[in-house]
Amino acid sequence: MLLNASGCLDALTAPEVAKKLDGFVTKTITPLPREGNAPPRIAETAHGMLNAIGLANPGRERFLAEHLPRLRELGLPLWISVGGFCAQDYADTCATLGDVEAIELNLSCPNVDEAAESAAEIVAVCRAATALPLYAKLSAAHADLTAVARAVAEAGADGLSLVNTLRGLALDPKTLEPVLARGAGGLSGPTLKPVALAAVHACYAATGLPIVGMGGVTSGQDVLELIACGARHVALGTILFPDPDAPERIRGELSRAAEAFGVVQPGDAYACAHEREETPGSCVKTCTLIAGGALL
Amino acid sequence: MPRRRERRRVVATEPVGPYMLLRLERGGLEPGIPGQFFMLEAPGRLLPRALSLCLAPPGELAFLIDPVGPGTAALCELERDDAIAVFGPLGNGFRLDVDRPLLVGGGIGIAPLPYLAEALRFPPVVLGFRSERHAEAAALLPGAEWAIDPTFVTELIPEGHDVLACGPEPMLHAVAALCPGAQLAWEAPMACGYGACYGCAVEIDGELKRLCVEGPVLRAA
Repeated sequence: MLLNASGCLDALTAPEVAKKLDGFVTKTITPLPREGNAPPRIAETAHGMLNAIGLANPGRERFLAEHLPRLRELGLPLWISVGGFCAQDYADTCATLGDVEAIELNLSCPNVDEAAESAAEIVAVCRAATALPLYAKLSAAHADLTAVARAVAEAGADGLSLVNTLRGLALDPKTLEPVLARGAGGLSGPTLKPVALAAVHACYAATGLPIVGMGGVTSGQDVLELIACGARHVALGTILFPDPDAPERIRGELSRAAEAFGVVQPGDAYACAHEREETPGSCVKTCTLIAGGALL
Repeated sequence: MPRRRERRRVVATEPVGPYMLLRLERGGLEPGIPGQFFMLEAPGRLLPRALSLCLAPPGELAFLIDPVGPGTAALCELERDDAIAVFGPLGNGFRLDVDRPLLVGGGIGIAPLPYLAEALRFPPVVLGFRSERHAEAAALLPGAEWAIDPTFVTELIPEGHDVLACGPEPMLHAVAALCPGAQLAWEAPMACGYGACYGCAVEIDGELKRLCVEGPVLRAA
């Protein structure tokens, strides 16, 4: 399933792009409306970009009353990204949601102050508040990401979304001052891909949970590599900015990449970057995709 | 106005003072309303660059570019027959239902004015530049008056006109103070140009809104 990464597409402003995906992930919804951070909010880096949008969103009440009904009209499976500043914020929003595909708990926005509770504590409180599928969106910045992944799995997460952006800083070359008004921002784009592959690879091995893989995807080959690492679904993020036609293009490339690898469907490569004995029957041949790609 | 993304070839590049006029084949792209903009792929860069249309001769779309950073510099280095992805037209352009139009431009902000002047049947134009060399770009607007720093373009604005302006932020604020109701084309860093990234937020009516969706042309309060 091809999704967008939360915060990288507005389906109400660009429905024609959203409709090219298999599901739409909303911007993170917080209990109260947020204007977001002061501009400048974005900066290009050598092989990526920084953003410090700051969870700009209409707030839970207006989202439920105005945005969600319009999103439903698109006829796409909806994933609702939920954020907050304490565990109860998250749980209260989860409790109001019904009839959506899944809830993604944004536990890792680098551009706002984080909730005091641990990711696992927030997942546990949300688990009690909803029966909907819960995906925990984590950052690879954790010192021991697999420990966090195991903890959220034990707390009741149904899946993981990996990875959020990493905190980065860009300076204006002339003034040597931060480009972004907030200072640091979240680093995304092609530079993030190896981080995403490592996170998906490690967390698949640690938990076996379904994973939405994302981070630096620009091509069908990137999608295949995330699938090989253990991603059930893949989300497009930064690539949607320069290329709103990316979903169609990447689907075509993915089919060709799968064929070139020797599998019928891209899903046949699921988790095949792991040892064969760890993923019985999931791969038609022992996979050296990542190492091979690096060598070539 | 239907927006499209197409790969388009460079027809010609022409230096205009310190700027570059990049002429692209139009293909199936609509030129849109003056003041609307296009996202141009900047070779070697992740993000495209937002540029308003400068001229729309038959079969072409032309953009005036100031090489102020790596992306705009890469665009200025394009050569004939190079091809780049072009996406647009995007955003909201100028309203053309004005009685006594006066175009006001500053620096690279004159970019959308030649196409706008054509649409308004060549109204009076006043421009401001920081140097004689930059003022060479006034040739794109025959008949324009211009001022060179330290004289400001605002000193050239006569009373009783419907002002349509594009230029650096301090100039736009000065024009807004002088001409309530003026139409002002603003600029902000944009990653996408179509409302996806929320990067181009500016304060509009006391709220942060996306310039690519609400603008880039806004009416002065």
